[in-house]
Amino acid sequence: MQSNAALEYDYSLAKKFTFLTILFGFLGMLVGTIIAAQLAFPELNYLLGEYGTFSRLRPIHTNTVIFGFTVSGVFATWFYFGQRVLKVSIAESRFLMVLGNIQFWLYFLGALAATVSLLLGISASKEYAQYEWPFDIVVVLVWVLWGINMMGLIGIRREKALYISVWYYLACFLGIAMLYLFNNMEIPTYFTSGGLGNPLHSVSMYAGTNDALVQWWYGHNAVAFGFTVPIVGMIYYFLPKESGQAIYSYKLSLLSFWGLMFVYLWAGSHHLLWSTVPDWMQTMGSAFSVVLILPSWGSAINMLLTMKGEWNQLTENPLIKFMVLASTFYMLSTIEGPIQAIKSVNAIAHFTDWIPGHVHDGVLGWVAFMIMASIFHMAPRMFKKELYSKKLMEAQFWLQTTAVVLYFTSMWIAGITQGMMWRAVDEYGNLMYSFIDTVTVLHPYYTIRALSGVMYLTGFIMFAYNIYKTMVAGKELSQEPQFRTPMA
Amino acid sequence: MDISEIQGYASFFMTIFLVIMLYGYIIHLYRSEKRGERDYEKYGNIALDDEITSKPVEDKPASQRYKEENK
Ligand code: HEM
Repeated sequence: MQSNAALEYDYSLAKKFTFLTILFGFLGMLVGTIIAAQLAFPELNYLLGEYGTFSRLRPIHTNTVIFGFTVSGVFATWFYFGQRVLKVSIAESRFLMVLGNIQFWLYFLGALAATVSLLLGISASKEYAQYEWPFDIVVVLVWVLWGINMMGLIGIRREKALYISVWYYLACFLGIAMLYLFNNMEIPTYFTSGGLGNPLHSVSMYAGTNDALVQWWYGHNAVAFGFTVPIVGMIYYFLPKESGQAIYSYKLSLLSFWGLMFVYLWAGSHHLLWSTVPDWMQTMGSAFSVVLILPSWGSAINMLLTMKGEWNQLTENPLIKFMVLASTFYMLSTIEGPIQAIKSVNAIAHFTDWIPGHVHDGVLGWVAFMIMASIFHMAPRMFKKELYSKKLMEAQFWLQTTAVVLYFTSMWIAGITQGMMWRAVDEYGNLMYSFIDTVTVLHPYYTIRALSGVMYLTGFIMFAYNIYKTMVAGKELSQEPQFRTPMA
Repeated sequence: MDISEIQGYASFFMTIFLVIMLYGYIIHLYRSEKRGERDYEKYGNIALDDEITSKPVEDKPASQRYKEENK
């Protein structure tokens, strides 16, 4: 590998995955908004026959935002900053370029086919693991291709030290690989029964309590290695780069990395409190969840302190606003989660709307904000154009921030009301309310959530439009900006 | 002792072990900076100065450099 004066980073793969991030983000959030509306107005279930029911659409929402939107965002940012922090262009290796393109097409077509399969009702019936076995094989192939690409790029790097974001992305790769494989161990019934039933159908290798344990070890660590680890990696690159300030404490970033790795894996059983899993395991899940505040806040505080002495940027640069708000929402959801994991609190919170409320202050405020901010940062560098409109970004920021607040506050009220009503007893110990009483009371909050969905989705469309206009009508940049992203 | 009890104890002792490792790591980070063997904070510049033409913050793995410097 020789250094070559005309050597440049190659953003073609980053661009491709950026398009997918926007496509799947739009689809996933559109379906999210539809199911939110269905919960408020059940008649909306019957518009498209079996294909429009809540039960068909909910897995499409969750899988599309996780495996479509978030994972594309992770791929897009990797193919952008991976090159930069390793100081090597992916175009220096034809092999890696070809591999990356195979990964892209396999992923794109696989994800579309998998989404259609869910629409047709083909499902393995495990949460966030609904894709049936042929699609699982595609997921594994895509993941292995990404792994080879990542290790390959690391192998030909010029910068010997691996920047902290690379650590986080490596952990994302290893973590998801392990989780996905183990949770999706399943037997295709057609082939083992000598040709009975549907070839797409499978049964899990686990049953009963074991199934629940493996499922929530997976489910919770999907949050860890999909929604936390790569997003922390993202902010550790994009916030310093955008603000021109190095990470406040690199040592703290290393320490909280190992802290997260160590603690997260044990917290999953907080999804199974008061269930049939061994008692010590439930207690362990609770305890580790509370301890999880430390590495989470360690990362978040490190992000916020990176802005030390430069807080004026918060008012001047909307991109900094997105990222600072993202880390603030990260703090909110990582204090809320541990609170919900305390056994006595969980007795009220479990099965209620407080849980999706918690999920969405994290995913809307933290994950999606950070992915959009990363794309805002990358777009002018990838397309060599100024961002199309700062005003539109500001408007999007406020619209979506309001939407997130409406989402989680309505679900807090709904969830706690529900939890209290379910357990309320009269003086003789009889339950005071039937299920439908709670539904009636919760109707206004479901309506507010549906409204917040419309607002967030509108914000996402504004984002997509801004990126599109940047591509086709942004002012040409003569030089790649070093720090602050130029915007009109 | 049945299997779930063994698992419980194993998990407890592993936790203690990992806590010690984690604290050991903090001590290691600070001690190697104090002794001047490593400067962790300079790695933060990898993100800031990331042109393909920029000079790498570290052109050899730190362990190798340390060995050479202390030969
Ligand atoms: C327009 C934005 C969105 C709206 C309106 C929305 C709405 C919803 C609704 C109504 C549910 C079902 C709740 C229930 O069954 O009671 C849900 C579940 C879920 N959503 Fe979203 N969503 C949005 C965006 C996102 C994004 C961007 C992500 C992730 C990146 C996400 C991740 C999830 C997850 C993981 C669940 C399952 C939660 C659980 O099982 O407790 N959502 N969403």
